[in-house]
Amino acid sequence: MHDTSAHAVHQHAAPTSFIRKYVFSLDHKVIGKQYYGLALLAVLTGMVLSWLMRLHLGWTDLKIPGLHLLSASGAPGDVMTPEYYLQLMTMHGTIMVFFVLTTAPFAAFGNYFLPIQVGAEDMPFPRFNMMSFWVTFTAFLVLISSFFFGDGPTLAGWTQYAPLSAVGAVAGPGQGTGEVLWASSIAIFCVGQLLGSLNFITTTLDMRTKGMSLWRLPLTAWGWFITSVMGLTAFAVLMPACILLILDHVAGTSFFVASNLVLNDQLQPHSGGSTLLWQHLFWFFGHPEVYIAIVPGMGVVSHILVANMRRPMLSHRVIVYSMGALAVLSYMVYGHHMFVSGMNPFSSLVFSFPTLVITIPSTILVLIWIGSLYGSKLRINTASLFALGFISMFISGGVSGFFLAQPSIDIMLHATYFVVGHFHLVMAVAAIFGIFAGTYFWYPKVTGRMMNETLGKIHFWLTFVGAYCIFMPFHYLGIAGNVRRYQAFVDDYLVRLIPLHRFITVAALCTGAVQLIFLYNLFYSRFRGEEAPLNPWQATSLEWSTPSSPPPFDNFGGRHVVVYHDPYQYGIEGSTDDYVMQDSPAQIQSVRDEK
Amino acid sequence: MGKILAVTIILIAILSAVPIVMHTWNPPADVSTHGHLIDEQMSETMAEAGIAFLAGQILLAFFIWKFSNVQPGARIKNFPGGAMGLVLAAFLLVGTEVLALGVFGVKAWSQVYFTPPAADAMPIQVQAGQFAFYFRYPGADGKFGPLHPELVNEGTQNLFGLDPDHDPASKDDIVTAEMAIPVNKEVHLLMHSKDVGHSFYVPALRVQQDFVPGLDVSLHFTATKVGKYEIVCTQLCGLGHYNMKAYLEVMSQQDFESWLKKQAANQ
Repeated sequence: MHDTSAHAVHQHAAPTSFIRKYVFSLDHKVIGKQYYGLALLAVLTGMVLSWLMRLHLGWTDLKIPGLHLLSASGAPGDVMTPEYYLQLMTMHGTIMVFFVLTTAPFAAFGNYFLPIQVGAEDMPFPRFNMMSFWVTFTAFLVLISSFFFGDGPTLAGWTQYAPLSAVGAVAGPGQGTGEVLWASSIAIFCVGQLLGSLNFITTTLDMRTKGMSLWRLPLTAWGWFITSVMGLTAFAVLMPACILLILDHVAGTSFFVASNLVLNDQLQPHSGGSTLLWQHLFWFFGHPEVYIAIVPGMGVVSHILVANMRRPMLSHRVIVYSMGALAVLSYMVYGHHMFVSGMNPFSSLVFSFPTLVITIPSTILVLIWIGSLYGSKLRINTASLFALGFISMFISGGVSGFFLAQPSIDIMLHATYFVVGHFHLVMAVAAIFGIFAGTYFWYPKVTGRMMNETLGKIHFWLTFVGAYCIFMPFHYLGIAGNVRRYQAFVDDYLVRLIPLHRFITVAALCTGAVQLIFLYNLFYSRFRGEEAPLNPWQATSLEWSTPSSPPPFDNFGGRHVVVYHDPYQYGIEGSTDDYVMQDSPAQIQSVRDEK
Repeated sequence: MGKILAVTIILIAILSAVPIVMHTWNPPADVSTHGHLIDEQMSETMAEAGIAFLAGQILLAFFIWKFSNVQPGARIKNFPGGAMGLVLAAFLLVGTEVLALGVFGVKAWSQVYFTPPAADAMPIQVQAGQFAFYFRYPGADGKFGPLHPELVNEGTQNLFGLDPDHDPASKDDIVTAEMAIPVNKEVHLLMHSKDVGHSFYVPALRVQQDFVPGLDVSLHFTATKVGKYEIVCTQLCGLGHYNMKAYLEVMSQQDFESWLKKQAANQ
């Protein structure tokens, strides 16, 4: 624990110029908003790409008016070519995984609220923090630039399996310049995440205010802390992998390309590399990445539910231990992506066991969330609806993990839409529900205004039902053997599945359109929303103790916050309110969770 | 509104389960000797995961129904048994389920990967390349001639890079674009990729195995029913990935022999 009285003076003065205040800002709150803005830009891009993909999958010869403007060669006569489908698909996956699911729940919310929730004035390395955002933004620009260079972006999928990703332009459109831009973008992105993770870890360990012991941290802070440890170790593996991939392109090395490969009747000048090495390195990052996307959401959802249930979780510590167990196990399970990859089949059994075991901490989390609802005084608002929706999605996406954890069943389901349905529900939709919940919950603190609840609820209902209509049928397609990453379904046994694809396309377009309601609410409320009280949800953690909304530059207006209580003192009987703020010196009969 | 959410969750859960219970969408029927083990494992997992899915959603919905918008003066209650009860339940229920699935699942996996092919299994080589599968049968001498990647030339139809002028074993090798096998005869498939990663997926045979450029991979199976089945690629291999397919014809021994003779004559 750290006494901030030793840091009475803010480490950097409040900026006055536009550039230092809003562009190259050192303020963690501005950086958090910048990350949120980037994620918003990225998610809109990724969503439009998914619409284009879904339209093409439903009606392969469909003319999409204006598509040729995006790429004359990719969509001659406004009809998407097979290679352009794969290029859009690769960009959709990359943008969503890296620039939305990693950026919004972790970097955006975490940057804004972690320092406030620990009672600090900022992160310990504000310049690193600023750099982390601008490096990440640069990575985004580099990735998007691949649309405009050479023959477009890479088509090798977000997993970029070698040697398709490593042999160069001879492998297909986008595999030259587009590929190098992809690998450069992700390597740069890793630098940003490493800088961010360092800041998050040191903020949590070193910047806590007086009285803020580790067990007094809110579950959000625990989620971000655990995620930052994962980020530090996972991105540190992906970055060198991307650098080696770039070298295979530009320096004539053969890290990921084996000998004697023949493309276009030309013997390739590579020798001695390993195809499977890329997969091991990628998934050593890739599986923790799933938890990098979802653990912050678990923290956010727990935090929001507690405030809306008016009681602490059945056990604060069990939630923290379970999130920690997920993080540790996430490094041991990555081989389940490679059961039929050609690695030693015995390894598949070894990787299968921890993959099955990881369902235990996941189940514990779900049971604690549901068990905590029992006997609570649950308030229904848009934030809590999205938090409850998160649990439903996490259950639905989680149970399909039972199938994919088993090598024998993976023989049938590997690389099918079952996998796509599984990871979209558990990692993408659930995480995005966490982002929505966080947005509706914290918006009053960040802007000083409330979001419109009616619009919020309409947004929730249509998104909740819509997401199920899109992603549940993916599982049925997978069970029927529908291979993923096909731009059209020409195989006899797949043709009968096309009507289901069309249903999904319609659901995706409608659910996507519903997000415009959210966007409208987000921007309209910023200017016309009802003015927010300082603590609209009667919540207890330190972000609600700031003197204003949005909080002042130093967060607490020069006050040195002292923490007296565990984070979630709700259901306090005998008090006028049913809650006590963390920094309230009131003597209370503490509501302690079970140890 | 809590009650509407509860009802919606239950409706979604039930509607999601209907196509599974009704078997609306199924893979092609199994025609292999080992496939029933995979199918049984799948059914068992479906039952257990299905129960977990329905139980989780119904419990969530029930508590939302019961505890949303209760009287402000109501007292907070704790779940009977508390957190420790739930943790123990997770360990016992899911732990047992995990152990059972893990242990029983080994059986199917072992039959595919840990049992060596029979000594008299019929060897067939399959080469994957952008965007076609090609097959090679060893001919009368029972031997495959060596591969020379530098000789691969699609223009001259030297698809495998064979050199029959210098390699006697290559002389009678039979190269085809379609795979044919005799029914009830074990096949030992010797797999290699010419260029990038591909996969060999035959849903009806319950087999899927990646080709690894630079590595020789093998697979063995026995088909039990005469018919024509699709072989598709499941590893993203480039722009023609969706169209990379071949047919597998399972024939009687007699038909197979005449098919092979015909193919040999066409070389």
